[in-house]
Amino acid sequence: MSTNILEVHGLKTYYRTRLKEHVYAVDGVSFSLEKGKTLGIAGESGCGKSTLALSLMGFYFPPLHFGSGSIVINGTDIMKLGKEQLRAQVSGREISYIPQAAMNALNPTLKIIHFIEDIMKEHRPELNKKQVWDMAAERFETLNLSPKVLHSYPNELSGGMKQRTVIAISTILNPKVLIADEPTSALDVTSQKAVIKLLKSLLDRGFIQSLVFITHELPLLYHVTDDIIVMYAGEIVERGTAEQMIFDPIHPYTKKLMGSIIVPEEGMKGHKLAAIPGTPPNLKNVPEGCRFADRCSYVQETCRKGKIESQTAGDRIYRCIVEPEVLKEWYANEAE
Amino acid sequence: MKQNDVLIRGEHLTKVFGYGKQKTTAVEDVSFAFHEGEIISIVGESGSGKTTLAKMIMGLLKESSGSIEYMGKPRQLKRHGDRKRYWKNIQAIFQDPFSSFNLFYKVEKLLLDCIKLQGVNLTKEEQLRKMKEACSFVNLKFEELHNKYPFELSGGQMQRLMIARIFMLHPKLLIADEPTSMVDACSRSTILDMLLKLRDENNMTIIFITHDVGLAYYVSDTLYIMEQGKVVERGPAEEVILNPQHPYTQQLISDVPKIHSEWDLA
Repeated sequence: MSTNILEVHGLKTYYRTRLKEHVYAVDGVSFSLEKGKTLGIAGESGCGKSTLALSLMGFYFPPLHFGSGSIVINGTDIMKLGKEQLRAQVSGREISYIPQAAMNALNPTLKIIHFIEDIMKEHRPELNKKQVWDMAAERFETLNLSPKVLHSYPNELSGGMKQRTVIAISTILNPKVLIADEPTSALDVTSQKAVIKLLKSLLDRGFIQSLVFITHELPLLYHVTDDIIVMYAGEIVERGTAEQMIFDPIHPYTKKLMGSIIVPEEGMKGHKLAAIPGTPPNLKNVPEGCRFADRCSYVQETCRKGKIESQTAGDRIYRCIVEPEVLKEWYANEAE
Repeated sequence: MKQNDVLIRGEHLTKVFGYGKQKTTAVEDVSFAFHEGEIISIVGESGSGKTTLAKMIMGLLKESSGSIEYMGKPRQLKRHGDRKRYWKNIQAIFQDPFSSFNLFYKVEKLLLDCIKLQGVNLTKEEQLRKMKEACSFVNLKFEELHNKYPFELSGGQMQRLMIARIFMLHPKLLIADEPTSMVDACSRSTILDMLLKLRDENNMTIIFITHDVGLAYYVSDTLYIMEQGKVVERGPAEEVILNPQHPYTQQLISDVPKIHSEWDLA
């Protein structure tokens, strides 16, 4: 029995356009997540991070379609389950998902407790109203949220508070994996910290076992997650521990991403930020070879031929044909 | 940084919304002096009054008390002509690029309108040259964009197009209200570098409004930290960030995740 709580093999999902073309937003993604670990997914806008998160839930609504591959959560391949089974047994219990801008999804005419009652009616029908209330109040209290929130309407709460409430509601069934898609990007730094604290306390208290955190804020990932995956044009280009990815990136794209970090620390002023020229390729017709080739400053002739497979170096995974040692030499030369 | 003349000066600015029980003071007794060619950041959490202050500087909101001096003279906004003259010199970039464009106008028309606004007569070739120049300033290709509608562009491209407009109009004062909060980290660094370039090439004064002290530190010369309508700390960026005095500034800095030191999550 492996300790992997989430395993994804060769996942391909596509959007079908009006012209019946298939645009692969997630193109052959494989990764695994161990029990108790947290994983960060980073990348530019439009690289497929959010589509990947949506695909992991197992629900596909047009124009998104499932292509091939497998998603194994806790030993069960969820793509082999029926829709009804998936809804009743997997979503919310095994895996839970907080979409982008989730706080705007709360119905303004209903009190917060109503959303929790709604979940319980489906998943724990044996509980009566009083029990649901007690349970919700207890959970909110342990998470440092005031139980008074349960009585409020969504418009009475601030943005940061709404976001924390949504997270508390979506983890009320103790899902094994929580997927959080940009939970902090619409918030200011103070509320952002409160949301991160909440996620940490969910992990510490065992309400959730593993976390997949999607964001483009790299300093945030560095503090929250154990491992980081960087995606580009629907593919994973590099995976490593947070420490390795921030300070010792292998892939040229990761290197550039790390160069765009801005933090209030000494030496930041006058520091040259790395800007990546050009735009990501159109996924409708992806170029042959490396998808980053057009924007890479270390591009070789061989980069544009064949399919670039991902390589492993120790515990690192990267998708580049150049040897890591050679790449690091180039980076060092450029820094001089 | 060149120490030039004061471009705009505010004395004891206050803005009160509502009256009686509902009275809220959004900005309270704020004084400032912004110089030509200076980049100023106004930093504070949501609801600290940064945007209200910016709107007063733009002349979109009338101040409850206090006065604003523009280029050494009290600012006049009473007549239509006055306002038009003032707004020729003041431009703004807002947070949400998706709502700052007219959806029915193509990119080409948007840029052409900028030329018309300046009131100069140019030949077709000259117009085209100007538009191309503005697009290349922000690393966009005019040939690829001119026939597109705003909704066909990504958020980063829209925000850059906004900066291309500013480049064509070259106002004296630019107010950038959280221009990077809706774009990803890569486009963000490009946009910040463009703001710096605008200042270096056109000696523009830029007011940068943000909640992220990291960004403010990177772009600006002077920082104003606002808490609940009051400026609690101000000074050169280096001093304020590396040696913060006020507890609120210290809290703001500690709330931002850093990479070379621990992030206190207790």
